[in-house]
Amino acid sequence: MNLPLIAFYAFAAILLFAALRVITARNPVHAALWLVLAFFTAAATWLLLYAEFLAITLVLVYVGAVMVLFLFVVMMLDINFDKLREGFWGHVPLAAIVGALMAFEMVLVVGSREFGGDSVASPGAPPPGHSNTKELGRLIYTDYVFPFELAAVVLLVAIVAAIALTLRQRKESRYQDPTEQLAATRAGRLKIVKMAAEREPPATPPEAGA
Amino acid sequence: MNTATFSLATLAPAIPEIVLLALACTLLLVDLFLAERDRHVTYWLGIVALLGVAVLAALTIGRPTAVTFQGMFVSDMMSQVLKVALLASVAITLLYSREYLEARGLLAGEFVSLSLFASLGMLVMVSANHFLTLYLGLELLALSLYALVALQRDSVVSTEAAMKYFVLGALASGMLLYGLSMLYGATGSLELNRVALALSHSQANPTLAAFGLVFVVAGLAFKLGAVPFHMWVPDVYQGAYTPATLLIGAAPKIAAFAFVMRLLAHGLGGLAADWSVMLAILAAASLAVGNLLAIAQTNLKRMLAYSTISHMGFLLLGILSGSDNGYSSAMFYVITYALMTLASFGMILLLSRAGFEAENLEDFRGLNKRSKWFAFVMLVVMFSLAGIPPAVGFLAKLAVLQAALEAGWTWLVVFAVLMSVIGAFYYLRVVKLMYMDEPVGGEPPVAGRADMRVVLSANALAVLLLGIVPAPLMDLCARAITASL
Repeated sequence: MNLPLIAFYAFAAILLFAALRVITARNPVHAALWLVLAFFTAAATWLLLYAEFLAITLVLVYVGAVMVLFLFVVMMLDINFDKLREGFWGHVPLAAIVGALMAFEMVLVVGSREFGGDSVASPGAPPPGHSNTKELGRLIYTDYVFPFELAAVVLLVAIVAAIALTLRQRKESRYQDPTEQLAATRAGRLKIVKMAAEREPPATPPEAGA
Repeated sequence: MNTATFSLATLAPAIPEIVLLALACTLLLVDLFLAERDRHVTYWLGIVALLGVAVLAALTIGRPTAVTFQGMFVSDMMSQVLKVALLASVAITLLYSREYLEARGLLAGEFVSLSLFASLGMLVMVSANHFLTLYLGLELLALSLYALVALQRDSVVSTEAAMKYFVLGALASGMLLYGLSMLYGATGSLELNRVALALSHSQANPTLAAFGLVFVVAGLAFKLGAVPFHMWVPDVYQGAYTPATLLIGAAPKIAAFAFVMRLLAHGLGGLAADWSVMLAILAAASLAVGNLLAIAQTNLKRMLAYSTISHMGFLLLGILSGSDNGYSSAMFYVITYALMTLASFGMILLLSRAGFEAENLEDFRGLNKRSKWFAFVMLVVMFSLAGIPPAVGFLAKLAVLQAALEAGWTWLVVFAVLMSVIGAFYYLRVVKLMYMDEPVGGEPPVAGRADMRVVLSANALAVLLLGIVPAPLMDLCARAITASL
């Protein structure tokens, strides 16, 4: 047992435990916090695989941005999670059977000759001075520049679509239009009415009680 | 791997795509600064952009095959011809849609720009030489189409159609990706040439490759709308507003043909024995379900959706032959099919007015009394879809059937002929309604702007003319296939 292997088992145990707690925690805030731990531990296992860029991105993007946002949302929404969870235990037997079957199948496939650990040779440790980040950057901006640009266009379409589908000019929404404000003239706002300084009393006083 | 270098020479094969992307982005910006009443400027710019790029693509026809972007992009004759066809088809779609969109207040800049992005996705699919680019092109097309269908937000039916389209499309993409990942595991490459090489030298794990193939074919069948993965087609065709239906129904079929060709005929050519049987089952089921269920429809859009399913069966018939002859007749089929679809939905758009959708069979009753010419246009299109000479649909079907017969699929050919005879019924019913019945609700003359009437007439005449003089297009398809595979 060398140090990386011990570290791997430690991380794997923490990851599994955290992932389990995500779905079993009663308090949604706790679940989100457990998810943060799961992400963080997954990043650590990636570090063991020399994938430091992916590990850092996972921490920065998922832990740093996505999960914080998620926590905010969970704290703001007033959802009774206990109510949502009603009947959860009723489904457990079936879910357990399905899960166990799936795990069994995956073990069959992963353990078979198709995906066995020995069917693909381990790339081994990279040479000293090797930068994962630099290599990824080089590949993305040279060999994979075409798919990279396409992915950018897909995101652009997603933005256009999201705006087109959600932006509505509501009649009741009030907003200021600076152009209109600047174009306002005295004539449009102020009406000067000429009237006599004194008003003549009505010619014939109305009859009382009419 | 050697470091990539970029020069104008490496970008040259992709000029249509690059120009289209630049124009689409420019259009997005231009549209921002236009007032609501100037929307037609965006619309005409969109058509000009599409036609301009189509000309650019047409200029490349006949150039030798060029591979660029580190083997991710290929410009061969098949892609060059198909690009022109699909760009022209999107441009015609936009032209037909104008009045309909205007009358319903849907002529927003997004409709045009999303159509351009969808076209870009199709161009990428047609020219893809790599699993990644194939998939990204497909997603670009699909995302734009989902949004286009959903643009009519106030209509419940439209929203439901968009929802179904999105969910099932995402499922199909998932299946396709899963299959592709299996194929990557089996062959060790994502590049089509290398995948083909690994399969032909039997370096790939056959079980794993066949396993991946099943998912890939299922994903493709979803996208094509072949039975048993056709559930979304009728609902989406009927539910979407007609311009969006036309956009889904015409050009993407051309792109899907190229997609299937690249993936199955080129990349997985080594597994032809496996996939041709799968395609045969899909084709037989599509022919049966499409033709039989179309008879029961009273809504023309839904009927045409089932007709699409049966036509996809014919298309698969050509592809599963696995010969150059079969591929080129399938290519001829898909181009002419796009032409017919444009004309048939063009007629629905022409007859629709503000607040009235001419989407039921009843709405075509007595069309001959209202406009002799447009009844004739519809007659040509229906004859062509049914496969009655001299319209082009007959020759397209004949070519595909011959190719399948040569490949030894006798039972399938007999079945296909039988089914298209049954299918002729519902096309001819439309003709009967137009010519032998009295119009309901008075006889309003057929309105429509001059540009649309001219293009629609030309479209129908092209359907007729190609049926009489099919040789140039057939030769072009044959040359394209032999030059590309």
